Amino acid sequence: MSKRTIEMAVGTAGIDAYGQPIRAPLSVRSQGALALEAPYEPELESDHMLINIGPQHPATHGVLRLVLELDGETVVRCVPHIGYLHCGFEKIGEYRQYNQIIPWTDREDYLNSIGNNVAFVLGAERLFGIEITPRCTVLRVIAMELSRIMSHLVWMGTTCIDIGAFTPFLWLYQERENLYNLLEGWVGARLTTTATRVGGMAAEIPDGWMDGLNAFIRNFPKTLNESDKMLSKNGIWMGRTVGIGALTAEEAINCGMSGAMLRASGVAYDVRKDFPYLDYETYDFDVAVGTSGDVYDRYLVRVEEMRQSIRILEQAVQRLPDGPLNVDDPRVILPPKTKATSQMESMIHHFKLVMEGPRPPIGEVYVPVESPKGEKGYYLVSDGTSKPVRWRIRPPAFVNLSAIPRMVEGHLLSDVIAINASIDIVMGEIDR
Amino acid sequence: MTASLPPYESPVPGSAREAAGLPDPVTPRYIAHQGGPENPSVAALRERFGVAVLRSHVMWGDTTVFVDPKAVHDVIRFLRDDTAHAYNYLVDITAVEYRDTDQPLEVVWHVRSLPWQRFLRIKVELAAGSALEVASVTDLYAAADWLERECYDMFGITFNGHPDLRRILMWDTYNEGHPLRKDFPLRGRFSRAEQLSQALKIDTSGGYSTTELSIAEAFNDLPEDMKQRLRAARAVDPAALALPEDGR
Repeated sequence: MSKRTIEMAVGTAGIDAYGQPIRAPLSVRSQGALALEAPYEPELESDHMLINIGPQHPATHGVLRLVLELDGETVVRCVPHIGYLHCGFEKIGEYRQYNQIIPWTDREDYLNSIGNNVAFVLGAERLFGIEITPRCTVLRVIAMELSRIMSHLVWMGTTCIDIGAFTPFLWLYQERENLYNLLEGWVGARLTTTATRVGGMAAEIPDGWMDGLNAFIRNFPKTLNESDKMLSKNGIWMGRTVGIGALTAEEAINCGMSGAMLRASGVAYDVRKDFPYLDYETYDFDVAVGTSGDVYDRYLVRVEEMRQSIRILEQAVQRLPDGPLNVDDPRVILPPKTKATSQMESMIHHFKLVMEGPRPPIGEVYVPVESPKGEKGYYLVSDGTSKPVRWRIRPPAFVNLSAIPRMVEGHLLSDVIAINASIDIVMGEIDR
Repeated sequence: MTASLPPYESPVPGSAREAAGLPDPVTPRYIAHQGGPENPSVAALRERFGVAVLRSHVMWGDTTVFVDPKAVHDVIRFLRDDTAHAYNYLVDITAVEYRDTDQPLEVVWHVRSLPWQRFLRIKVELAAGSALEVASVTDLYAAADWLERECYDMFGITFNGHPDLRRILMWDTYNEGHPLRKDFPLRGRFSRAEQLSQALKIDTSGGYSTTELSIAEAFNDLPEDMKQRLRAARAVDPAALALPEDGR
């Protein structure tokens, strides 16, 4: 009798020390079904296991910590813990002028930084009562849609890694690199763009930039289609995603889901259509809607959103008008540098705007936009001074993540990773 | 989370608006600072709740309605369940404290009607010095769970009826107060030395909260010294809540 046989006898129910099936008595249980009675199987049902995932774990996409109670491999209960990346953005915003808050918006949802910049100044401009120029409107649409594609590329690439596909990750990150090169050419930064100002943009697009964008619009669908082909009909991918973490439409609305999480459940709610901004109602695009609300549908919705973003980009490139970029409003826009260094009035104007900052009237606004994660809104309250009384970020990923116990309970431990990836969390935005 | 699901007519946003023959939403332009068309739900609220609806105004195109703190749960439940309004989507719960300390602290609910494509801001004023308590709406919207916890964490507002009201962004043993209150200094209430010494004192083995340990009843199985360490890590020293003498 070798050592290995003994291990098998201990480890495998129904096999004796000689590697032979145990002659166990067959007994009749519950309405005639035959069951094998294993006399020395340890009693496992009564023990639930507590397992900790994160905060330092690659599959939690940052510093999310999940404490799971497992029955065997099934999740019985899930307790999420957040706040490991809390930086007090909203508190700091109360001590900053409006233009000084824009760099902070880069850093909360850092995969969507330029989209956050646009979202913030849309709120601030409504608070100031400013109407932006037509050229600025179209450039901001381009910025928002590029940002959406960038964020979805990261989401798709990392979700592939989580579920075990490596190749699309490399293809998609290559495209993301192209986009970051475009952004670098425009505003000089890749990740922390700070591309907007109240009343306009930080910079005009450089010469030849549109050629780069056109090349991206031409080439990107090929990459996307190839990656899509790798995954959409892939048996492993479907096995890991179909029917996992499903939410019904009623549940999704009640849980405050937004973005792809809500649309995958069959609710065609898109802020661009329902509460338009930046003239989105004049663009021809469709809202991708799923049916079952599982991880697979969320994936399909996000892929389709990227295609629709390309459609919007094509139209925006066509209609980009000439004209001034910034509004002609000395309350918020600095005088040109040449004037500020040569004329006394302009210098005083420049000094006052930089040191004291523009002052909006007393009031409050909430302006939502459709960020890649969902409905993102900035709630700004002004008491007439140059710094907001309250700067509130409505974080879509925070609310989406709050439903994770509802989604994972009853699924296997390995599905937790797929469900968590499908929420598309960015901890910078959740913890703020 | 035991939020009940509201009456559900159609998953298509804007369905009620289309059925009523209203035009499609467009990007708002040249919005007036104050005044403008008021959200029709406010008139319905006045009719239904009378004096509990204190006042309302339209600012930058959004309607804000101030309601009595005692009535806010009924108001939100009415808005959610009445199909003529159907505010089935909770956007946000937050609070505003003004720099002028005489002004009351405001709790803000942003609710949205997907079928009508309407947006409403509901506010409750909690007078300075009064108890910061309002009713929780977790029984109406599951989304309120974390939003109310965050509001409690940041402002110290108690949401009565919340099933699990504890800190969410700050850690459980955080005892400097509520960071978004205006009397909370930007650098924190404790000195850097005190913050550092508290951080070093945290027992990392107490990483699970006692609630979690009781899930698997593992806490009872722990050795006695570890149990004591965990209890000590959870206990809050009341003296630490007082302001230090240098006022920082």
